[in-house]
Parts: sequence; structure tokens; C-alpha cells
Amino acid sequence: MKKIINTAIVILATILLLPGCTGSDKDDGTITVGFSQIGAESAWRVANTESIRSEAAKRPNIKLIFSDAQQKQENQIKAIRNFIAQGVDVIAFSPVVETGFEAVLREAKDAGIPVILIDRAVDVQDDSLWVTFMGSDFVEEGRRAARWLIEKGYTNVKIVELQGTVGSAPAIDRKKGFEEVIKDHPGMVVIKSQSGNFTRSGGKEIMEAFLKTDGKEINVLFSHNDDMAIGAIQAIEEYGLAPGKDIIIVSIDAVRGAFEAMIEGKLNCTVECSPLLGPQMFDAVEALAKGESIPKKIVTEEGVFPQETAAEAIGSRKY
Amino acid sequence: MNIVKKKTSLLNFGLSELSIIYPLLAFIAILLFNLVFTEGFFHIEIKNGHLFGSLIDIFNRGAPVILITIGMTLVYATGGVDLSVGAIIAISGALAAQMIRPDYVKGILEYGDQTSLIMVLLVPLALSIILGLWNGFLVAYIGVQPIIATLILMTVGRGIAQLITHGQIIVFEHQPFQFIGSGFFLGLPFPVIMVILLFALTWALTRKTTLGLFIEASGANPLASRYMGIPVRVITTLTYGFSGFCAGLAGLIITADIKAADANNAGIFMELDAIAAVIIGGTINGGRFSMAGAIIGALIIQSLTTTIITRGVPPQVVLVFKAVIIIMVALIQSKKLRDQLSLILHSGDRPS
Repeated sequence: MKKIINTAIVILATILLLPGCTGSDKDDGTITVGFSQIGAESAWRVANTESIRSEAAKRPNIKLIFSDAQQKQENQIKAIRNFIAQGVDVIAFSPVVETGFEAVLREAKDAGIPVILIDRAVDVQDDSLWVTFMGSDFVEEGRRAARWLIEKGYTNVKIVELQGTVGSAPAIDRKKGFEEVIKDHPGMVVIKSQSGNFTRSGGKEIMEAFLKTDGKEINVLFSHNDDMAIGAIQAIEEYGLAPGKDIIIVSIDAVRGAFEAMIEGKLNCTVECSPLLGPQMFDAVEALAKGESIPKKIVTEEGVFPQETAAEAIGSRKY
Repeated sequence: MNIVKKKTSLLNFGLSELSIIYPLLAFIAILLFNLVFTEGFFHIEIKNGHLFGSLIDIFNRGAPVILITIGMTLVYATGGVDLSVGAIIAISGALAAQMIRPDYVKGILEYGDQTSLIMVLLVPLALSIILGLWNGFLVAYIGVQPIIATLILMTVGRGIAQLITHGQIIVFEHQPFQFIGSGFFLGLPFPVIMVILLFALTWALTRKTTLGLFIEASGANPLASRYMGIPVRVITTLTYGFSGFCAGLAGLIITADIKAADANNAGIFMELDAIAAVIIGGTINGGRFSMAGAIIGALIIQSLTTTIITRGVPPQVVLVFKAVIIIMVALIQSKKLRDQLSLILHSGDRPS
């Protein structure tokens, strides 16, 4: 019985794949893009997929073949091999893990198909196996948070910092970027810094403890993500201070919750870390199809949203 | 000779009841350290009619771990362990938030009618108890190893919680429910009140009735206990059910406190804190348990966390720091080690 079902699935799958194989639509201007996504493990990732899909639908000359790897590398390698067999024009993928893609990327290169890395990097010896990496610059996000404070004139302040998960790239880089900018301003001092693991409850517990010891002195809170900032806002309110006024709060990510907090006047600024890579990704794809050269690293276009712009920007927040 | 004997007994301090003295000493040591070195740690003031200070924080932040520790102690005394409490915390919180804001996951921000507090409490708690009983059933009736039986729910449970929330963080406003996490009663944070009530109830049930003895007997020697007429299987199942209930309560507190259900992170690794607390507290796996000791164990862990945060220990070394202290407390607990130590200390008194 099992055998019959398996055979049926194989036959069905072959039939479904046939149009893809035979369709050698080379000269009608259509660009076929194969995209292998990691999965749907977080709201951020879901928004990322949505952005790429909706952007592809908007461009008539693009044909997107979407494949979900469901967090498994073998699925992803299989998907990329399928893309090669189907003769797509460009392959894009967010690697599940960093290593182990050498062989399949070489196959793509031999077939003359350019590969774009989305959001995550791969660890391969030969750089020429992929044409560009597209994603956020976490260091720059940290710098932007610091620059916003300086622009607003908060240059003589005592700062507490809520770090992300110890050892994670965004936590390390955001801290680095922030420190890099404030070191030119001796008036800006980080008096306490602790990890809240990127969670609300972590942010709340740590802010509570910070307030107990240095409550009167804290002027600014810098949080590595919005969730921790939102937790900290509750702690500040329970302590009896006004978040956003008595303590200036700047955080990173720009998720919808942060905009809600800004509209209530409790958060001052959020620096975007955007999953909406769709438009830039297909700009790059079109450039590649025209034979133009593109930079090896494309940094996501990201904004800084101060409180004043929150009300008008919230409508466009999808995640 | 006489002197030696006295000293030894002083070090061993009784065999059962007084073993709580060691965790208590460790807890006092941590507090003393803060009294001397951390400015303002013992400062308690009355703010808006309730108590306010780092000490209160230890009890308040420690409440969820203490609650699951109460359940874990009983499970541990039956010779089992419950790894699933962290996952049950996530499920209970996710369900409560989902009931308050049923359409949020579909992107609809309107609340509809306010869900009644009774339902928001009862449904998640009922499910938590059922999940706990399921663990107990696997252990007592099917004969699955406790660590495996509860590992199943530990893994699956977080997935269930994510299914409930559709992988999103459900945020909500619900004044009566929020009271459970951040309200105050008689000047104390409400989670602390809940801990006191649950502890009193459990203590009365296990120490004023024979139930406690039955639990210890079931753990120490299941076969003999069964021949004596103790319903070992029922008791084991019920302790897991109770552990599920405690985890459900903890989940409600955590969720109500941050006004959001975070299925990915709520209660993560909390089962390990609870197990550590039980062991620090001097409960034997399958046998005598010390509820007060376990609670002090949980307080040790939380006071460490609060100390670390207020003193600004760099986050990279926090876990190592915690581990070292817990190892030290566990070592003092060991009777074997204390005997060895007293032998070494008093070897000089001996004639040979």
C-alpha cells in the first residue's frame, strides 16, 4: 500500500514539474527566479516571505518559483538542484546554516546561474560562488540609534543598555555600532548593560533592577530590540516614571508594537531592521538579467522612525 | 573524644528536618553579601501603598519558579522529574492571551466583548492539569521513564503553544487578568500572595494529612507501598497533575505580567531552575521531600539573578557565576562531603 502511494506521489510530482522543465521561455523577457526560504519560524521571516512574494506579483516580467525548506538544509539543497534543472535565470536563498553549500553552489555556477544570498551568509572558500549578499547591517543600526540621540541633543546623559542574546550577531554588532558613535561624546556614559535575551520579560526584569539601583540617574535607555524596550516601558511605569519623557527610549527593529508605544508617547525612536527585502531583491535580479554588475554586499534600505512619524507610518507596518 | 562527637553532630545538624539549614545559610550569605556590598539592596519603601524594593523583587520575580518548584518537589519525591513545566507555562499563557484576543492572530486588532476573568483563568489551568495528568499516566500506568515521558511534552508543548499563537506574540489589555501578574494585595505583589497561598495549601495537605507520607513512600519503595495498600499509581499521576497545575499558574503570572504571550520564550529553561531548586533544598529523588528547602532553593537562584543584574556582572559570565554558586550550595548539602570534611578537620584530635 505504502509503495503504491509513494509511486503515485512520484508520478504526480513529475507531472507537476514537467511544465517547468519544458518551458524554455528564453526570449519573451521573463526572468525566472527560484527562491528557497528557510521556513516560517518567526513573524519576521513570515513578513520577509510575504514581501518577496508580493513584490514578484507586482512585476509582470518576473516569474517566482518559491520553495520552503522547512528549516532543513537537505530540502534547501534539493530545491536549488531543482532550480538548476529547471534552468531558472537567478537563484536566491536564505541559507538555513552557513556551511555545506559548496557543492551545490558550484553546480549553479557551472550552469551559469547567479546566486543571491538573502539575509544570511554562507561560509564557502570561493567567493565567486555567489554574486551578492543582501541583508541588514547590524553595526549601522547601532550607530543610527546613537546618532539619533546625538541629533536630539541628548549628549550629556547616563545610559542603560538592554543587550540581546549573548553571542548573537545582532547583539554584538548593535552594541559595537552604538559604542563606536558615543565614544566621541564623553558626556554619554553607559552606566549599566545587561542581557535581556531579546524578550519582553527579560527587558522588564532587568529594567526593574536597574531602576532600583540607579532609578534617579537614568536618562536614556538603549534597547537592542523593541520587545525588550516594551517590557522595560512597563517596568518604568510601575516604578512611577514616565517612559519617553523621564527616560528617553531608543530601540531597534521597528515592529508594530513599537509604533503603538510611540503613538502613546512611551517610546522615542526605533531604528528599522527590515525583513521587507522584496523590492531590492528584484531590482538586483533585473540588473543581473540585463548583465549589469551589482555590488557584493547590498545593505537593506532601512529607516529611522522617531516618535513624530509613528502615527503616519503605523498603517504601513505589516509585522 | 566527647568533644569530637559534639563537633561532628554540629556539622551534620540532624538528618532530615534540619537539612534545610544549609540552603538557608546559603540564602542568608547571599543577602549578607548584598547588605555589605550592594548599596540600597535592603532599602524597602512604601510607594503608592505597596512595598517596593530589591528584596520584594526577589520574591516577586521568583514567584513563577517557586510555584513550579512546589509541584516539582512532589514529583521528585515520587522518584520522578517533570521536564515539561516550561512548555506548560507557554501553553497556559498562550491560551489565556488567545482567549482575551481571539482574532489577533488573524490581524484583527478589535477585542470584541471582554472575556470573563473566570474563563481566562479556568480554561488554561484545566488544560495544564490535563497535560500534567497525561505525564502522570505515561509514567504510572504505561511505565515510561519520567525523564522521557515529560520530555515528550517538553518538546511538543512549545510547538502547541506556537500553534495557539500562530508564532506571534499576542499582546493584550485586560485589567482584571493583569492584576494576577502585576497587581498588589495587602501591600505585597499578587504573585507573592499566590505563592504563600499555594505553599500553605500544599503544606497542609502533605503534612497535616497522610498524603505526604504516601507520596514519600511511593517514591522510596513503590512495590512495598503497593503491598501496604497505598494507591501508588494514582498518587504518582496526581503529583504530575499537580505539577501541571503549578506550571499553569506560573504561565498565567508570566503572561499577565508582560501583557503578552510569548510562546517562544515564556518559561524557557525554567524547569531546570526548578529542578536545581529542589535538589538544593535537600529533597531526595524518590523519598523524603522538603518543601521549605526547595522554596529556599528557588529563592537562592532568584536572589543570585537579582544580585547579578543590580551589580552589573557582565552578561558573558553570568551563567558561569550562577553555576559556581549552585555547585557550592549543592556540595554543602552533601552529607558525604560534610562527613569527609569533618574527618579531615578532626583527624588531629585522634590518637593515631
